[in-house]
Parts: sequence; structure tokens; C-alpha cells
Amino acid sequence: MSESPERSASAGELVLSLRGISKNFGAVSALTDIDFDVHAGEVVALVGDNGAGKSTLVKILAGVHQPSAGTINFRGKPVTLPDPRAALTLGIATVFQDLALCENLDVVANIFLGNELSPLRLDEVAMEMRAWTLLNELSARIPSVREAVASLSGGQRQTVAIARSLLLEPKLILLDEPTAALGVAQTAEVLNLIDRVRARGLGVVMISHNMEDVRAVADRIVVLRLGRNNGIFEPDASNQDLVSAITGASNNAVSRRVERLRMERDHSGSAQAGE
Amino acid sequence: MTAEKSTSAPMALDRADARVKHEAGFGGALRAFLDRVRSGDLGSLPVIVGLVVIWTVFTSLNPVFVSSSNLVNLLFDCSTVGVIALGIVCVLMVGEIDLSVGSISGFASAMVGTLWVNQGWPVALAILAALAFGALIGSLYALLFNRLGMPSFVSTLAGLLAVLGMQLYILGSTGSINLPYGSALVDFGQLMVMPKWVSYTLAAIPGLALLISGLRTFARRRAANLSAPSVTGLVVRVAVITVGLELIVAYLNQSRGIPWMFGLFVGLVVAMNYALTRTKWGRSMTAVGGNREAARRAGIKVRAIYLSAFALCSLFAALGGVLAAARLASASQQAGTGDVNLNAIAAAVIGGTSLFGGRGSAYSALLGIIVIQSIASGLTLLDLSSSLRYMITGAVLAIAVIVDSLARRSRASHGRA
Repeated sequence: MSESPERSASAGELVLSLRGISKNFGAVSALTDIDFDVHAGEVVALVGDNGAGKSTLVKILAGVHQPSAGTINFRGKPVTLPDPRAALTLGIATVFQDLALCENLDVVANIFLGNELSPLRLDEVAMEMRAWTLLNELSARIPSVREAVASLSGGQRQTVAIARSLLLEPKLILLDEPTAALGVAQTAEVLNLIDRVRARGLGVVMISHNMEDVRAVADRIVVLRLGRNNGIFEPDASNQDLVSAITGASNNAVSRRVERLRMERDHSGSAQAGE
Repeated sequence: MTAEKSTSAPMALDRADARVKHEAGFGGALRAFLDRVRSGDLGSLPVIVGLVVIWTVFTSLNPVFVSSSNLVNLLFDCSTVGVIALGIVCVLMVGEIDLSVGSISGFASAMVGTLWVNQGWPVALAILAALAFGALIGSLYALLFNRLGMPSFVSTLAGLLAVLGMQLYILGSTGSINLPYGSALVDFGQLMVMPKWVSYTLAAIPGLALLISGLRTFARRRAANLSAPSVTGLVVRVAVITVGLELIVAYLNQSRGIPWMFGLFVGLVVAMNYALTRTKWGRSMTAVGGNREAARRAGIKVRAIYLSAFALCSLFAALGGVLAAARLASASQQAGTGDVNLNAIAAAVIGGTSLFGGRGSAYSALLGIIVIQSIASGLTLLDLSSSLRYMITGAVLAIAVIVDSLARRSRASHGRA
């Protein structure tokens, strides 16, 4: 993962900007006063504990939920996202954690669902070709695009979901836990893919619990805690800082271990100096 | 990708994965079919087997059953409830149900009787009014379902009673209205059959259409570097279908011939099959039936899809009612009551449309209604009472649902949808 020239060149334009986003579910405030920016050609990792509001934020951006308060600016213009179609039309594609594929349809039908070619006389050949092109771009290993999705493994379904999100040439891709269900090789593939998507100048928002994956691809790490912004970090931030931002406590297993290691190092250092 | 292309021999775009077994040629297609059946993807196999069994039994009990004239009568009877079953296929595709199709068909026939015979409206206008009423009732169910979240089996159960009440109300004290014999509508329902040359020509069309579209797909897939199904298999299928249909038509032409009403029914089935399999609307129907939330997130207007399904179902029910009135030459208080409702639903399910949504085909209405009417016709020929007919039809419906559930379980364990 090296700094490619086009990455820094394309980075800059503000694709998405959220100000003061709040979301209440009855008495529960899932999100409170969230500010969030994504630039073109940038991967922003959204991290936080369970219930921090990451998925809620993604669902607001996907048009699944509507915010209770706050403004959404997309490519410089204030927008509302009343339903998933509005988000898709604007150029916000989402890969949901619960993949949202139709198991009774085949891979091609799932990739093109809602965007079929020639609605009155489906062009199956053209759709199948485009599907294979997309899947090959992702170096995907799908046995047959004419099998129902029910027969695919978790990783293959993830690939289908990502291929589908790329179909409409979006400006911003939201990935909710893209590597959670994947094996080692498939995780590497998806991370490569995220790199490739960024190189094409798209903004990427990625939710993940896996700090290793986050550090591998993210340009910025945004921490949410209990539905509020709780810091923005560079990918080279220490694990300790991240974990304490996520959990809100400076005294935890990670910090204690770091402290212990530091003391041991100091101790041995001073012992060596003493000799 | 470029590296793969330069090293390997030209390989179809969809045959690059070495782990997958791909059957090639005609024998391969046959093996793939057997594999599918074994894993629970039965398609219309159970209904065809069932039909063979039923026909064998009834023929052995009374040879008149397979006589040409009895089968022509069978086709007349199939058309009315068959059209209703076609509507049921629509709602079952999205995983809902309409229990009021019988009442709607009865009310539609009563409407035609009242408006046409009693009020003196032109017959076409009366039929249009009945159809519009059907679509309206379906839209009302969709409204209740979409806006109020009312389960369709409750709203349509309420509709069953309410519409039946309306039917009794407009028929009033007389209780039944006779439609004039000799009118075009009654002739259509009772007498009109295709001239022989028309029936032979129409029977040749499916094979021809299949051949042309199959060859075009073959050429396009080859041009697009995708694997193509075997031409031999296609030709064999076309030959079997064409010869089979022509033989059936020849046999039926020994007596009266093919009823135009059955032609209308089959035409509607073919049109619905096209709409369900080859249009964006049909794809959306299947998606909503399979996973409603996924369909919504894909940007499909789920409410509009439900609206179209319910409205189409009631529209077909009303049309079925008009055809039934034409068949019986009367609009009575009994129209659409009794077993019409369940026969229509049973036909769709027996034909292979899943009660659980997302799986089905327009052809299931055709196949299913032939099974149901064969049972009815066979038992009538044996002079058995309707009590026995109800019991047997009920048992057949139960068997069909059991087959559906078992096949579904088997598909799940074999990783098929």
C-alpha cells in the first residue's frame, strides 16, 4: 500500500459533509450532533463500539433512516435522502452488513436489481457480460452468475454486494463491516479493492471493528462513541489512543499492557544503564 | 485479466473457474436437470407426474374421460377459474394471498348481468365496469397493506364477505339473471371454437418462437464470449413441443376443437409469463417476494409492486367471473361461491407457485387448473357427489403444499433458493 500519485491528486474535493446530524429512535438518541466529512479519493474509517451509532449513520447516508436533525451536503449541495433510491441516484452506494441480496435471484439479477437494462425486454446477455466484467475487475471468484445467491458462500456474497454497489459508478461508497465474514485471502482482496476504488477518485466510508484492516487502508479514522463524535485520528495513531477513544476509558487492558511494557522497558533500560 | 487471456486458450467469460462442473451438450443438459430435481428444484415435474397419475386412474375407471369431447369441455371449464388462478400467481409471487377472488368473480358476473341485461348497457361497457371494479378492490387491499400494514389474508377475508354481500345486494330478490343465449358473450363462453387451421397454426407458434429466440440468444452469447446452451438440446425441445402440441390439437379437433376462451386464457398466461420473467416489473415482483427489505434497498418501489400485484389479482378475478357468467349463461347468487376460491388458490400452488413468495410461474396456473378440473371432471363422470370431490381436491391441495414445503427444505440444504 503505497501513496499513489493519483491518490493525492484526486483527493481534495469535499464529497460529503454532515453537520449536526442527530437521530432519535423514540427516547433513545442513537446519534447526537455528528459532524463528518469525506473527500474524493479518501478512505474514512468509521470505528466505535457496539451501539456507537456507526450503522445508524451509514443507514442515514443510504436513505434507509432519516435524520431527526442536521444537514447533509453532498458535492457542495444540501440534499435530503428520503429513500434508498434518492441516495443511489445521487451517487451514494452502500454495501450493508446484512448484505441485502435476494437469495432467490441469481447473481446477475442481484447485481442489476432495480437497474435492469431495457426494462420491457430484459437484456440478459448484456447484463451477464457487464456482471462478469465487474466481477473480474474485483478478481472475484464466483462459480456461476446464473446460480441463485442462496448457493454462494459468505465471501462470495460480499463480492456480489460490492460489485453491485459499483454498478452505478457512484461518487461515494459506504461499506458496513465489509471484511467481517471473510477469510484471510478474501479480506485481502476486499482491502485491495478498497484501494482500487480510492484510486478511481471515489470517497469511501468503511465501518470496521478490525483495527488492522482499518490501518491498512484508511486515510482518516473517525471515532464514534455513544452516538457522538469522539475524535479523528491518523492511521498511524497508537492503538492505545484509538482504544481509549472508542471505549472512553484510559484505563483498560490495552493501556495497562502498554504501560506495563513501557515500565519494563524503562526498568531494563535503567538497569542496563546502571551496570 | 489480460494475463489470463494471453496464456489460456480462448475460454468463455463464464467458464473460467476450474472448480465448477459445467455440463456441456445435450447429455449435459439432461444430467443438470436430474441434479436439479434431486436437490429439490422440482419445477413443474410433480404436477406433470400427478396429471399422468390422475388421467390414468380416471381413464381406467371410465374411458369417456379421455374422449375428445370431454377434454374440450374440460378446456372450457379450465378457462374461467384458470384466469382467476393466474391472478393468484401474482399475489403469491410477492408472498401475499387474496382469499376474496371467488367473491370478486361472483360480483363481477353479477355486475355484468345487472348492467347489461337489466340496465341495458352495451355488453363491452358492462364488462369494462366489472374489470374496473376488480382492479379497484385490489388497489384497496394494497392501500390497506401498504399504509396500514394490514395482513393481506385478513383484509381479503374481510373483502370476501363484504364483496359477497354486495353481490347478493345487487342481484336482489330475483337471485339470478339469465344472460341471453345467442349473444356474443354467451357464445364465447359456450360455443366458439377456433377454426382448425387457426388452431394448427397457433400450436406451431410456441416451438417457432422458442427456436428463433433460442438461436438468437445462442448467437449473441457466442458473440459476447459467454458459453451458450447446446443447439441440439434446443432443437430437440422445439421438436418435442411442436409435435406434442400439434398432436393434442389434432386430437381435440376430432370433436369440437379448441375453445376461443381457452385460447384467451393461454394467451394471458403467456403474456404474464413474459411479464414475470423478461421485464423489470417481473424481476421486481420476484425480488419483493424473496426479500422485501433487499428490494427496497435496491431502490425498487416496493409499495407500487404490491399495488400492481393486488390490483392485477383482483382484475383477473373479475375477468374470470365474467367468463364464468358467459360459461353458465347466468349471473347468480351462487357464482363465485363454494370451491371457486380454493380451486383458484389450489391451482396456483399445485402448479408449482410457492406459498412463501418469490418462486413461481404463470404456467403454474395453467398446469394447476388442468389438474383441478381433471379431478372435477373425472369425479363427475363417475357420478360421485360434490362432497367427495371437495375431499379429494382438499387432499390434492394438501399434497401440493407438502411437496412445496419439502422441496423448499431440500433446496435450502442443497444451497439453492
